[in-house]
Order: sequence, then C-alpha cells, then structure tokens
Amino acid sequence: MSEEALVAEPEEASSRRRTGSSVARRRSSLLRDLVQVATLDLSESIRAHWFAVYAVVFGGVIVLLFSFGLTESRILGFLGLSRLLVTYIQLCMAILPVFVLITTVRSVAGDREAGVFEYLLALPVSLAGWFWGRLLGRFAVVFLPAFLAMAAASGWATFQQIEVPWATFGIYTAMLAALCWCFLGIGMLISSLARSVDLAQGAAFVVWLFLVLFLDLILLGVMVQEQLPAETVVAIALVNPLQVFRTAALSLFDPELVLLGPSAFVILDAFGRKAYLIFAVAWPVALGSLCATLGFAVFRRSDLP
Amino acid sequence: MSRAAIQIDGLSKSFQGVPVLEGLGLELPAGQRIALVGPNGAGKTTLIRCLLGQYRCDGVVEILGRSPRRDRTRILGEVGFVPQLPPPLRMPVGQLLRFASRLCGADSAAIENDAARLGLEIPPLRRRAFAKLSGGQKQKLLIAIALRPGTRVLIMDEPAANLDPAARSVLFELLAERSEDATMVISSHRLDEVAALVERVVELDRGRIVLDQRIASGALDERLACRIELSRAEDSARDALLAWGFRARTGERVFVGSVAGPDRLRFFGMLARYAGLVEGVQLGGSPTPERERA
Repeated sequence: MSEEALVAEPEEASSRRRTGSSVARRRSSLLRDLVQVATLDLSESIRAHWFAVYAVVFGGVIVLLFSFGLTESRILGFLGLSRLLVTYIQLCMAILPVFVLITTVRSVAGDREAGVFEYLLALPVSLAGWFWGRLLGRFAVVFLPAFLAMAAASGWATFQQIEVPWATFGIYTAMLAALCWCFLGIGMLISSLARSVDLAQGAAFVVWLFLVLFLDLILLGVMVQEQLPAETVVAIALVNPLQVFRTAALSLFDPELVLLGPSAFVILDAFGRKAYLIFAVAWPVALGSLCATLGFAVFRRSDLP
Repeated sequence: MSRAAIQIDGLSKSFQGVPVLEGLGLELPAGQRIALVGPNGAGKTTLIRCLLGQYRCDGVVEILGRSPRRDRTRILGEVGFVPQLPPPLRMPVGQLLRFASRLCGADSAAIENDAARLGLEIPPLRRRAFAKLSGGQKQKLLIAIALRPGTRVLIMDEPAANLDPAARSVLFELLAERSEDATMVISSHRLDEVAALVERVVELDRGRIVLDQRIASGALDERLACRIELSRAEDSARDALLAWGFRARTGERVFVGSVAGPDRLRFFGMLARYAGLVEGVQLGGSPTPERERA
C-alpha cells in the first residue's frame, strides 16, 4: 500500500463516519418529529367534538345491535356474534369512510386556515415528520374506536358464552385498519390539494359519493344490465375500495348470497376467497399509501400555510 | 456563505398570477433590529412567511447563510417567531411548552422563566387549553417560546399589540438582553408602534420596498422618570395612570412613576385622552427614589 493511500484511508473512514452519523442524526430527528406530531394530533383529536361523536357512534352501534337481540337471531344463515359482526361491518362501511374523509379534511384544512400551520410549521419540525406524524396520529384516532367497539362486543359475547368467530374477527380488524388507512390517505391528499375548508369538504364529499355510486348494487348493477363489457365492470369493482371492502366482508359468510351483487360474484369466482381477502386488505392499504405519498409530495412542494 | 444574518435578493412571490412581492432585496447584518412597516396588503406577512420557509418563492432568501426552505429544521431551530394572531390550539399550555421545547432542543424552564418575567405564571395554567387563555396571556407565552435560548433571529408580527404596559416594559428588557446576539424583524402596520424598538425602518407598499432608513433609537431597556400633574382628581385618569405603574401623590392630583423608553409614544397616546386635565408633564432622566419623592 502506498504512503498516500495510508494517509487517505483514515480521512475516508472519518468522512464515512461523518456521513453515517449525519444520516443517523436525520433519522433520529425524523423519528422524534413523527412521535411528537403523532402524539400532538392524537391529543388534539381526542379533545375535538367530532371525536366524541365518532366514538359514541361506534359504541352506540354495538350497544344497539346487542339490544336488538342480533346475537340471538338467525337471518340469511348468520347467527350468534357472526350476525352482529356482519351487520356492524356493513354499518362501518357506510359510516367510516365519510366520517374519516370529512373529519380529516376539516381538521387539516381548518388548521391551515386558522393559522395553526403558520405557527407550528415555524418550529423546527421536518415536513415529513409533520405530514406522516399527523397521518399516524389520525389513524390511531379513527381506527381505535371502530376496533374497540368490535373488541368490546366480542369480549361481552365471550362473557355471555356466545361463540365468537375469532378468525372473522381478525380479518375484520385487518380490513377495518385497511379501510381507515385508505380513506385517511385520500383525505390527506384532498387536504394538500384544496386550499380552503369549504373546497376540501366539498371534494371529500364528492369522492365519497362517487365511490358509493360505483357499488355493486347501484351503478355497477345498472352497467351490467346495460351490457357493458364484464371486464370494465369487474375492473371498477376491484378499484373501488368500498366495493372491495363490501365483497370481502360478505364473502366471509356466504359467497352464494344474492346480496353479493353481480360483479362481486364474478370476482370471487375468479380470485378464490383466500386470495381475494388478501387483496381486500392489500389494495386499500396500497391505495391509501399512494394517495398519502402524493399528498405529501404536493404538501412539500406547495405553500405550507 | 453569506455574512448577513438575513439575505434577500430578487425575492418575488405571486398568488394566482397576482404579484405580492416584486424583486425585493434586503440585507440585515447580525444583531440589527428592523421594523417592517406598511399598510394592509403591502406584503409584510408574505415576506415573513418567505423568511420562515413557508412559501415557495423566486429569488434568494437566506437566514444565517442557509435557505429556510431547504434547511428548515436547522434554520428554524435558531429562529423565534411570534405571529400577529395566536393560533387556536386546543392543546394545554404544558403540552405546547413540551412540544416546542423538545422540537427546538430548548430548556422549558428558561421559557417558563421568561413567561414569568412577562407576568405569566405557567404552573397554574399548565392544564388549561391554549385557546382558552386571554389574548395577552397567549401573546406572552408565544413571546417566551420565541425568545428561548439559542434563538439568533427573531421574527415578530406586532409582538406588543396585546400586552399591558408592565408586560411591554419587560418585553423591551428581554429584547434588550438579546439585542447583542439576535437579529430582529418586527412587523407592524403602524410605525409608531415599533419605531422605538428598532434602528432601521423598511417600509413595504404593494410588494416593493418604498423606504429603507436608519433611525435614531434609544436603548431598549431605557426607563424615563415621569411626573404628571392633573388639574383635579379624576377616577378614569387615576386608573389609567395606575395601570402604567404610577403612584398617586397630593390627593390623586400628582402621579409619579416611570415609562419604558420605547413605550413613550404609546404613553403620550394614553395621556392625550386626558389632555383637558393635564396641567404639567415632566419626562426625562432615570427614575430614582429621590425623583419619585419630589
């Protein structure tokens, strides 16, 4: 080894060490920002009125389902807690997306309008820490009440010696998490694009309405009747996270049901139940992540307040 | 790397094609205090947001030689900011303090100490929502956070607007303590509100600098002895003077006290409301017990 190389080696090593420690510092700072912002968003949300309403709605739904005796009835083949869970999950599909969308855009765009961004983003918090921290904080806030209501129902059923379908419970938990993540991602994208609360709220409502319209029993059914190509109808059903959620939820009980709708029937036939359940969790998560990433790119490149 | 604390060159910013800042150039040496004045819509808030790296803009904006947009965490760690309107945060005061001090790597005890000097005792308010504080309390807390140790650039939008005379006087003292090592940008739509705090005035109008002048200013922590004589005792005048920390003498017709140097114009503004009652005014010199007895 030459003398020069002998001298250069410690410098390179020290430079590598410096670069390594700088990357480590950035990572630890990002992690600190993520935790700080997620905690902040969590506690701000818990204090907000919408959260009280949201938590009461999910808790109330479970209480109502119990008090209507759904665990004792047998309808369309469902019985015991399965009957309650399938009803609950259908209600979640109706309530959760619009709730998540509207509250997310109201909160994020509202904070921007009210000057919260102007002040808090004048503190040395990284934009990535700020954006993803808020997303994680809100995820906990929207997922936990829906999950805890379901968990409480299962706990109560166990106590009452009613059989709990734990496998279904596990799959529903994953699907609820996927649905929350998906609509949070969409909500964050809308919040990044829209500059005012009114615009963001209007856009969120239109997105939700659009997805509801393309459910199996509404526009998709009409499209089948109008003899549109089956591939088009199936593709729309596969892209729509609401339809994906609905098909997967019902397929757990009885794939032959007329409730399933025409496109869902074709999809389940092609995928098989297990593969479709994996898709039903993976696709909303992927869609939510894609929307959130796009939202972050827009947020980072645009005016912050 | 630039030696100026703040360097702005060819700064332009438009909203939907409407220019708000047009080719601004400004250089602030370290330790300089400037007033940023101008009418509503002049571009003051936009300029402040560009300085904080919150707006995308054309041209060069550098604080301590770095772009606040690209190096935001490093630069904003050394920038203290007081907004014109406090944000409507629902979080408790204690959580805001923790959040700010952890992000800034500052000692929260030092922030609490400055807040206490401004007349805001944090311990009883720790659990109260920030949004439920009074305007003055919010302002004091935001000022204390902005003045945390390690701040080298202070950007303040009408910082004294919601403060009572005693708190304003402490604010001037706190700014005086930082005047050696901190560069300050103090924004207001009225020059008389901030003129006494600064040594240079930059006036904006329709996105352009229309005036950039050095002005004579006294020391920030200067206090002037003052004696006011009224023609008769009057409750409202007495209350106003007591609020400024004056003490009554001779059957509430004579009042003695002191006024913070940078606050003298505001004091005269208050006194003007009772012009019909005022028989004599003495202002000047340092306040001493002998003067007050006299």
